[in-house]
Amino acid sequence: MLSIKNIHANVEGKEILKGINLEIKPGEVHAIMGPNGSGKSTLASVLAGREEYEVTEGEVLFSGKDLLELSIEDRAREGLFLAFQYPVEIPGVSTTNFIKAAVNEKRKYQGLEPLDAVSFLKMMKEKMAMVEIGQSLLSRSINEGFSGGEKKRNEIFQMAMLEPKLAILDETDSGLDIDALRIVANGINKLRTPDRSILLITHYQRLLDYIQPDYVHVLYKGRIVKSGTKELALELEEKGYDFITESIDQSANV
Amino acid sequence: MTNVNYFKDQFSALQTSDPNELLTGIRKENFDTFSRSGLPTLRQEEWKYTNISSLFDKDYEFAADQEISPYLLSSLEEIRINGHQNANELVFLNGRYSPSLSAVRSPESQLVVLPLEEAIDSKYKALVAMHLGQSSSYIKDGIHALNTSFIHGGLFLYIPKGQQLLHPVYIYHLSDAGQQHTLSQPRSLIYVEAQAKFQLAETYKTLGTCESFTNEVMEIVVEADAFVEYYKIQNDGPNAHQTNTTHIRQMEKSHVHTVVLSLNGGMVRNNLNLVMDARGNETHLYGLSLLRGKTHVDNHTMIDNKMPDCYSNQLYKSVADDASTSIFSGRIIVQPDAQKTNAYQSSKNILLSEQASINAKPQLEIFADDVKCSHGCTVGQLDEEALYYLRARGIPKEKAEVLLLHAFAADIVDQIKLEPLQKYTEKLIYEHLTVS
Ligand SMILES: Nc1ncnc2c1ncn2[C@@H]1O[C@H](COP(=O)(O)OP(=O)(O)OP(=O)(O)O)[C@@H](O)[C@H]1O
Ligand SMILES: [Mg+2]
Repeated sequence: MLSIKNIHANVEGKEILKGINLEIKPGEVHAIMGPNGSGKSTLASVLAGREEYEVTEGEVLFSGKDLLELSIEDRAREGLFLAFQYPVEIPGVSTTNFIKAAVNEKRKYQGLEPLDAVSFLKMMKEKMAMVEIGQSLLSRSINEGFSGGEKKRNEIFQMAMLEPKLAILDETDSGLDIDALRIVANGINKLRTPDRSILLITHYQRLLDYIQPDYVHVLYKGRIVKSGTKELALELEEKGYDFITESIDQSANV
Repeated sequence: MTNVNYFKDQFSALQTSDPNELLTGIRKENFDTFSRSGLPTLRQEEWKYTNISSLFDKDYEFAADQEISPYLLSSLEEIRINGHQNANELVFLNGRYSPSLSAVRSPESQLVVLPLEEAIDSKYKALVAMHLGQSSSYIKDGIHALNTSFIHGGLFLYIPKGQQLLHPVYIYHLSDAGQQHTLSQPRSLIYVEAQAKFQLAETYKTLGTCESFTNEVMEIVVEADAFVEYYKIQNDGPNAHQTNTTHIRQMEKSHVHTVVLSLNGGMVRNNLNLVMDARGNETHLYGLSLLRGKTHVDNHTMIDNKMPDCYSNQLYKSVADDASTSIFSGRIIVQPDAQKTNAYQSSKNILLSEQASINAKPQLEIFADDVKCSHGCTVGQLDEEALYYLRARGIPKEKAEVLLLHAFAADIVDQIKLEPLQKYTEKLIYEHLTVS
């Protein structure tokens, strides 16, 4: 599904990613954890194609295609989805119209006819129920005046509508209250299929109680410094990052 | 400008053929002004960015009276604002009001529509004499004087006291530049009596491929407690140039709401003057220019607060793409007597191309102390974060840009309170943005 090989990336001339390797197979759920500023969102942005990030080395294959050669929109239409850590507010653009445009652009890319109004509405209803989001939010401008939790829920709703092959969820759990976390996590679980892969970026074990990952990776200073199974997350929760990062910083100083 | 002699001859001919006493006097005074000052040049502060005298390297002429042809009627059909069966539709052909092309659908008890010359011969004579030409004391330049020098075939509208005119007035300006470079000079005077409510929209169309220059003056008097909505839609060809002045005088506790929408066109200058001649008025001015190609749109607003307790709010937005030019100059005067004036002004602009240019200039002249005034101006690009977000959902860059431009325009379009007109402009904007 996704194969990241030795990715180095700069932003404003500063190297943030320093050789990332990661393989995600269809249906797998991977979690990436790591201290603030370690490069988790940068990795997500590089995969989504954000233009400020310059990839200086390495390659990424997505379903066999050279991902880095594709435009932002083509990556999305190939089935890559990024749920943003900080979803932007876009006053004046209605959420529903925007989602309809996005769904139909993807269909067009796949050579399908646009959805008619009735089918679109039916799909909306179904997915709204799945992530428990109300009509009133969707008739407003994109994220405008949404609470932090509403913004995150809207991201997962869009994921449900766009049915991606690979979803990257950047701290979708942060800012959610306990009930919202459960609802969002349940939504994500309902979206798990044998061929849809998920990359979860999170700071908290709590999300991983709901969404059990197949693998857990620790990103530190632009590198994946440890990988393991879901037990690694429990260990991190208990001990913090020090037990990993200390030995790395020491060996760097030698 | 080259054809001074042409205007001299035309002026003498008009004074002879239409020797109306009131009009000949006003014309004479203004033709003297025109002869003295000529057309505005870039050296004049108010015309710094808009070189209309450069247009007059071509010889513009007034069009002769024309038969109503199927061609004219079908062109008229193209700019008709549909969706309001009982709208009053008034037509100016080559700058002269054409009763035969027009359809007045409201009863005379609600709306009086007269050719200006007839109004002068009627019981409205005193009103016309008092208000016609008031704008000349605010705008003293040659192009405004040129319109006033040739007042002929004008329009007079009167909305009687307390009439809540249910059906709007639409004014369509047709200019035929099929055979020659055509100068059209529409002139109108509108008197809205106390407590009346009136909605007006104007739009323009040039026929043919020669150059057309519309030089329009409209004066509106809004009596106490009256309410006026005024809309101007400019979406004409690149050969269609225009200078117009809308001069509005507000009496006590009246309310004025205007929206000027500019899409396609050549060189366009819009003067919008508001004179607060009594206390307690409320005024909202909105503008939206979505420009590309070489279109040049210069919006000048002026609010003269002469009396206390007036509130005004202005929001002008523009987007300039290709080699287009957008100008906003907003002048607010607060006279010594105009205490408790609240005057706000904001101009928001998006520059989409390196060849395009945007100029925005507030001018506050405040001579009273107890006032609240503010102005703000921004020039930026489309929001990169928002573009990225939309593209990350699979929406191609060009479409994402169009979505954001629509969003930028939306709060001005919302200010068009006349529903069929709002639909009409939404469609125009949609077509305008998707063509590119
Ligand atoms: N556009 C940018 N300009 C400058 N520096 C940037 C930019 N984007 C990221 N960085 C820097 O890159 C580093 C990694 O940032 P990133 O957002 O990827 O961290 P993160 O692991 O997601 O952190 P968090 O857990 O706080 O979300 C940080 O030092 C950050 O300041
Ligand atoms: Mg982050």
